[in-house]
Amino acid sequence: MTAPGSESSGAGSIHHLHANQFDDLVPRALANVELRGALAKATNTIRNRRAIALEGIDDLQELRSRAKAIKTEALAHLDEHLETFERHATANGIKVHWAADAETARSIVLDIARMNKVELAVKAKSMVSEEIGLNDALIDAGVVPVETDLGEWIVQLAEEPPSHILAPAIHKRRREIRDLLARVLDRPMPDDAAGLTEVARNELRERFAQADLGISGANFLVAETGSFLLIENEGNIRLTTSLPRIHVAVAGIEKIVARLEDLGPLVRIITRSATGQPISCYQTLVTGPKTSLEDDGPEEIHLILLDNGRSKLLEDDLTAETLRCIRCSACLNVCPVYRQIGGHAYGSVYPGPIGAIFTPLIAGMHAASQLPGASSLCGACREVCPVDIDIPGVLLHLRHRAAEGDRSTGDRPMSDPRTMEKNRAMRRGFRLWRWAMGSSRRFQMFGAIGRLLATVVSRVPSLARHAGPLAGWTDGRAVPRSPGRSFRSGAVARRLRLEEQNPRR
Amino acid sequence: MRIALFVTCLMDQFRPDAAEATVSVLEHCGCEVVFDPRQTCCGQPAFNAGLHQEAIPVCRGAVRLLDEQITRGGCDAIVTPSGSCAAMFRHAIGLLDGEDAAAAKRVSEATYELSEFLVRRLQRIDVGASWPGRVAWHDACHGLRELGIKREPRQLLEAVDGLELVESATCERCCGFGGTFSVNLPGVSVGMADDKIDELETLGVDAIVSGDASCLMQLEGRLEARGSRIRGVHLAEILAARESVTGNGS
Repeated sequence: MTAPGSESSGAGSIHHLHANQFDDLVPRALANVELRGALAKATNTIRNRRAIALEGIDDLQELRSRAKAIKTEALAHLDEHLETFERHATANGIKVHWAADAETARSIVLDIARMNKVELAVKAKSMVSEEIGLNDALIDAGVVPVETDLGEWIVQLAEEPPSHILAPAIHKRRREIRDLLARVLDRPMPDDAAGLTEVARNELRERFAQADLGISGANFLVAETGSFLLIENEGNIRLTTSLPRIHVAVAGIEKIVARLEDLGPLVRIITRSATGQPISCYQTLVTGPKTSLEDDGPEEIHLILLDNGRSKLLEDDLTAETLRCIRCSACLNVCPVYRQIGGHAYGSVYPGPIGAIFTPLIAGMHAASQLPGASSLCGACREVCPVDIDIPGVLLHLRHRAAEGDRSTGDRPMSDPRTMEKNRAMRRGFRLWRWAMGSSRRFQMFGAIGRLLATVVSRVPSLARHAGPLAGWTDGRAVPRSPGRSFRSGAVARRLRLEEQNPRR
Repeated sequence: MRIALFVTCLMDQFRPDAAEATVSVLEHCGCEVVFDPRQTCCGQPAFNAGLHQEAIPVCRGAVRLLDEQITRGGCDAIVTPSGSCAAMFRHAIGLLDGEDAAAAKRVSEATYELSEFLVRRLQRIDVGASWPGRVAWHDACHGLRELGIKREPRQLLEAVDGLELVESATCERCCGFGGTFSVNLPGVSVGMADDKIDELETLGVDAIVSGDASCLMQLEGRLEARGSRIRGVHLAEILAARESVTGNGS
């Protein structure tokens, strides 16, 4: 990227990233019966809603190709579009900032807060804000950030990171939320969802009125008009971007689209993919601060364009696909792995299938080398992706990089000794496998050993602990019953060996 | 039609009955089946683990052997009783270089998963099978999402005398196998199997049928550990069956 003020950046960083603890986080998540129940219920509901919403579209495949083409085209000319955006946004009275990394983005926000003596900031839900750790930075600088999205407010009160891109508190059941609010607000709480929402509404309404600063993300940036779009249901984003005197939006550079008309197909597909709605309750298109003729709206608007490792992804066509992501989270809701372990287990603010590729791509393989393994490669994510990102393809690419290192960038794939040892053991196993598969005789011999092992372990299950990969297998599963022979040793196979007896030509 | 059988390493060593059933179905449909015993594995386990150095020689071996069968051995098509291995030959095009990549392209174009071959290529739906019982079909991920196989196995099963096919709501959900995934993250893998099995138990089926021996190994392993009465059966085993159907089955 050659845009002004942004240097060609290397790896980015993700706040509070602990993806290398994946192996410890997974068993903890699996042991949490409440969590798994909440996830199964919530993801079922959203995925069904999505399926129903998409049934109503006649030209679904056409819409998907259109959405994909819009994003692909925008990324192919990213630098031009960003400069066009800056020119038009500036003309509209929006102050555009370039942030090569998370730290730059944080300091831009803090400078604005400091200059305007901000004490309280209301925040619309924003994944980029989580990515750069804006809340912690604000608190350290003496500014109180208040999340105003209901789910995000709940996880903020619980002092937890969000566990889903769209539904931050998806891992919490209503009971838990009620108890949390009762504790934090120190008064009895109603049991029903409507009653709890009413409490949140009243608590948050006051904050909007008091705050000097509103902080949001952005769903799409429009180059030709210099405006940006925010999509939501609760109305808190509309309030965040219109009530406080100053509005700061932080957006990844990949959010750009060329034309205003591009928003049509993208909005049609994002709301359906995300929540199964034909349209969300609010779409706020911000095109500048309030004019002398207007009573409402912020006096100042700042838009921070964040790179943080993104432009590096453009160097390769496959990893560049990741930047097409519009954060609908449909892939999370259909992922059978996410369904079992939830978002926190990924140790990244970006969980699920998209997080398993986006996290290591942004923060480097050394920081999240296990995440690409958090998939059975079932392909359900690719199937639902509205912009056709080949997530399994990128997972395979990253597994290859994790296993063999990325010599081109010098990215050392593994950092912790345990992961390194695990990978070494896997490689040793596969070297043996390669040798075994290298000849029919060795294959037959190893097959016989495998069947013998299966027989022995099925009789003496405690032996499985010492049987390499079988140890993982017998954790909850019976070993395959041994048939006592192979296909190739049988009469049928021998009859079919025409090649040996009767070669043609 | 002369068919090169790619039996798959797992079925060869752990499910020979299903392999023989595959041969029997193909022969029943008038095919001449050839088995080259030099074949071992398609290379997918190492490829999916990201270990290309290990995957390449194994994959290349399978590709060269099958390419020889279709270019010089007079075979018209390659049939494999696994959607997963069939899909691997597509990946082989990108994995291998030069002439091997060209061979992988030829092999992948000539390769059919069993149900795909019977229904799309041979246009056979009724293969004369009879199998009494109530079953649900498990759409193996690679067959479903990489090869687009959905209707074919259902059409074949519906034509089986005495068989009752019930649709499961979780039929398209992954069983949790995923190669090394199943042993690297056993708890997640087992949880995924449970998700499906919980529903199968409510459907009252006798068997879960799939086109991939690996999915069946996973599901059977979990079914047995749970003490379930549901069995895992490969599609080929049903299509080759000629069991007597009592009662007033169709």
